[in-house]
Amino acid sequence: MENIDINQILGIAVFGASIGLILIGLYAVLMKKHLIKIVIGLSIIDAGIHLLFIAIGYISNGTSPIFSEKGISLVSEGTKMVDPVPQALVLTAIVIGFGVTAVALSLVIRLYRHHKTARIDQIKTLKW
Amino acid sequence: MKKLLVLLLLAVVGYSLYKPLSQVEFGADRIGDIENPTTVGAYYLSHTPSDLSVANVITAIVVNYRGFDTLGEVSVLFLAATGIGSILYRRRKEGEHSETITQPSSQLLQAGAKLIYPAILVLGAYVFIHGHLTPGGGFQGGAIIATGFLLMMMSYKDFHMNHTVLTWVESLAGITFVSVGIGGLIVGKTFLENFLAIGTLNDLFSGGIIPIIYIAVGFKVAAELAGVLDTLLSIKEK
Repeated sequence: MENIDINQILGIAVFGASIGLILIGLYAVLMKKHLIKIVIGLSIIDAGIHLLFIAIGYISNGTSPIFSEKGISLVSEGTKMVDPVPQALVLTAIVIGFGVTAVALSLVIRLYRHHKTARIDQIKTLKW
Repeated sequence: MKKLLVLLLLAVVGYSLYKPLSQVEFGADRIGDIENPTTVGAYYLSHTPSDLSVANVITAIVVNYRGFDTLGEVSVLFLAATGIGSILYRRRKEGEHSETITQPSSQLLQAGAKLIYPAILVLGAYVFIHGHLTPGGGFQGGAIIATGFLLMMMSYKDFHMNHTVLTWVESLAGITFVSVGIGGLIVGKTFLENFLAIGTLNDLFSGGIIPIIYIAVGFKVAAELAGVLDTLLSIKEK
């Protein structure tokens, strides 16, 4: 047990946190009755997946993939920058996540307007 | 019973996520040699300064290497904004005006909002103009500007976005994006390929078409998010 380094602990923490977030969100989506809480659950799943992506792209002691005056010379010496591809993908995913959340919320508003409730166990008629 | 099934499903999902991730070493160097790139990430890192002279590699990927993808992303955002408008559309009754559903705000919030509203707009503009130099870009800057509008909507009940102006800003920004892309076709390159001088790294005017596209994206995202917020806030329930 004396060989555990900080990287391993960080890895367990970050991967564990992302898996935990995904599971919490899934639980909220499956178990909660209130529609707003379900939408929040979807957002939590999103956050977990983003964290997972960024964690996989991380390189220990890596810098952010932005060149500065100093950074240009350091590239040739092999100083590592973290993988930029997952970060760019997460940027896309965040925007899509926003779109999903916004449309879901507007559907919730529409349902609330029709049924006067946002709890799915109180919406008995499954037709409009 | 349902709870048991859900917990079982969560256990299965959790295990199937944990199993492959336990093989992944956290912080390992997976992008390999940057000089002789063998992975996509290394290729982007090694070619961005020389090919595009953009300091922020993520901006280079999002706007140039995967520019077409970003165009699709912007259209998804546009569709979301339009979809919300049509889902929440309700014909107004005679003499009915849209009212915000926010609570009356305190004087402290009103005075403070007036004070920092311009600063938020300037910060947002800074973030998307310097998207190729510093962390940030069109999406982030647009989101910051939309938070400024949200602050004003929450502070003042009569603060409304002009949807005609928003539509115009959005359309012009989208047209700019596409026509910059078509400009690449006109000079004999591919769609969204850089055709302007790339300048020197770390200059404000560097990176060719990338700052132009990101500024357009910034305006578009700001207009769309502000429109979404205004639509969601201005529903009066009786």
